[in-house]
Amino acid sequence: MTQDQPLLSVRDLAKMYGGRIGCTDVSFDLWPGEVLGIVGESGSGKSTLLGCLSGQLAADRGQILYRGRDTRQMSEPERRLLSRTEWAFVHQNPRDGLRMGVSAGGNVGERLMAVGARHYGDIRETATDWLGRVEISAERIDDRPRQFSGGMQQRLQIARNLVTSPKLVFMDEPTGGLDVSVQARLLDLLRGLVRDMGLSVIIVTHDLAVARLLADRLMVMKDGHVIEHGLTDQVLDDPQAAYTQLLVSSVLQV
Amino acid sequence: MIRIENLSKSFTLHNQSGVVIPVMAGAHLAVQPGECVALTGQSGSGKSTLMRMIYGNYLAAGGSIMVGDVDVAKASPREIIRLRRETLGYVSQFLRVVPRVPTRTVVAEPLLALGIPSDQAHARAEHLLEQLNIPQRLWSLSPTTFSGGEQQRVNIARGFAHDYPALLLDEPTASLDAKNREVVLSLIEAAKARGAAIVGIFHDEAARDRVCDRTVDVTGFTPQRAA
Ligand SMILES: Nc1ncnc2c1ncn2[C@@H]1O[C@H](COP(=O)(O)OP(=O)(O)OP(=O)(O)O)[C@@H](O)[C@H]1O
Ligand SMILES: Nc1ncnc2c1ncn2[C@@H]1O[C@H](COP(=O)(O)OP(=O)(O)OP(=O)(O)O)[C@@H](O)[C@H]1O
Ligand SMILES: [Mg+2]
Ligand SMILES: [Mg+2]
Repeated sequence: MTQDQPLLSVRDLAKMYGGRIGCTDVSFDLWPGEVLGIVGESGSGKSTLLGCLSGQLAADRGQILYRGRDTRQMSEPERRLLSRTEWAFVHQNPRDGLRMGVSAGGNVGERLMAVGARHYGDIRETATDWLGRVEISAERIDDRPRQFSGGMQQRLQIARNLVTSPKLVFMDEPTGGLDVSVQARLLDLLRGLVRDMGLSVIIVTHDLAVARLLADRLMVMKDGHVIEHGLTDQVLDDPQAAYTQLLVSSVLQV
Repeated sequence: MIRIENLSKSFTLHNQSGVVIPVMAGAHLAVQPGECVALTGQSGSGKSTLMRMIYGNYLAAGGSIMVGDVDVAKASPREIIRLRRETLGYVSQFLRVVPRVPTRTVVAEPLLALGIPSDQAHARAEHLLEQLNIPQRLWSLSPTTFSGGEQQRVNIARGFAHDYPALLLDEPTASLDAKNREVVLSLIEAAKARGAAIVGIFHDEAARDRVCDRTVDVTGFTPQRAA
């Protein structure tokens, strides 16, 4: 992968729900190592867009080129392989991204096995290492996620998703529903992982402070359309669109 | 190193009946390597606005802002991100960090982003923190709870961690005592000596006279406002 080619290239993407717009006219490039934030109020189409990009929803129109190949033209097994190896998806609700009946170690190990790891000792060692990286102590490896706090569950979900070293990570409100200090810890963790693993991330959030600390670039959505798109601090400090100005001025300080 | 030509800027306040405020027109500025230029002018004349435009934080309405070979006024976000990582440093007036990150890492971050090994980056960070008289017991704590002057010094350490070829300084000596002010001025002098092109805003006149080679009054770039 050269740095001179976008990892993801999206053109004129659209998704309708019956006669209703989910998202439309979305075009952007994501480069290796970049974090793209998607912000906008509830119902603006953020999750719809993320779902289309990650192949969980079928778009109606447009192109999604991943490393030059249109994922909408791929066969289902091909796309599934991609989402198991090079992509990861972190859900807002850890329950949607974890297997609640399987131990913490199992949740992480399962992903390794899905990409071909077979040696039990190695799998357990890697799983322990990853639990450590997300600050879950090794003693908890055999506990089930439902015995964990919300913040721990979310960190476990991140470990489960990153253990296979994906290139592109989709996140839908990964810090939503967590209290502020737990959020800060998660943000810090994510920033370190992005830097050290060279991850590209597309993160949906309604929290502009989270967007400011995590995202290099920001896309502002309203009614399914991208209203404004630029460098994160520029969009927040010198917003051009009326809607973005309203969004920024309606929070205390970001 | 920095060359600004015919730069203009206005703010459109869409939610205040779309009023347009022109704040700058025909601005120009050139800063050579090793030179420090102070922006002056009364409050509200546009010093910070000009500096933010050079950094790509505010969008230019027209004109050009060359920093090295990148025109910030027209560059894509990706080009600006790269420029900020490698070439253009900025010491803002206030520190903004992810809560919980230890001070030594906050300072080392610009170096880590350049791929410099962690031990080397942290060693450089600790050296700067020491120079700026941040007590060692604070290095492993997040700066979010530090005093105003301590935060400002952490901010400066971070801004000087990498030897940026171009540097923007917004009130770097405000809220510092005499001893730390002296340290900051010597850091600026050292940056000039290694060839950095610097644009600064200094309310501290003695500091300005000591480190700046000339001043540019931005009032000259303020457009005539309709009465
Ligand atoms: N399965 C569906 N069937 C019909 N309409 C849907 C469906 N999913 C979403 N929508 C509609 O599409 C629009 C965009 O929804 P989406 O979930 O993408 O919003 P969002 O920006 O993620 O909002 P939130 O911040 O509340 O999660 C909304 O008007 C929503 O009601
Ligand atoms: N984000 C913004 N939105 C609207 N107007 C702005 C914005 N930023 C600056 N301005 C306006 O631009 C003008 C110049 O402000 P600026 O902050 O650049 O002045 P300054 O010379 O740095 O003043 P000071 O010495 O008080 O810091 C002012 O009229 C200010 O209100
Ligand atoms: Mg959603
Ligand atoms: Mg100012």
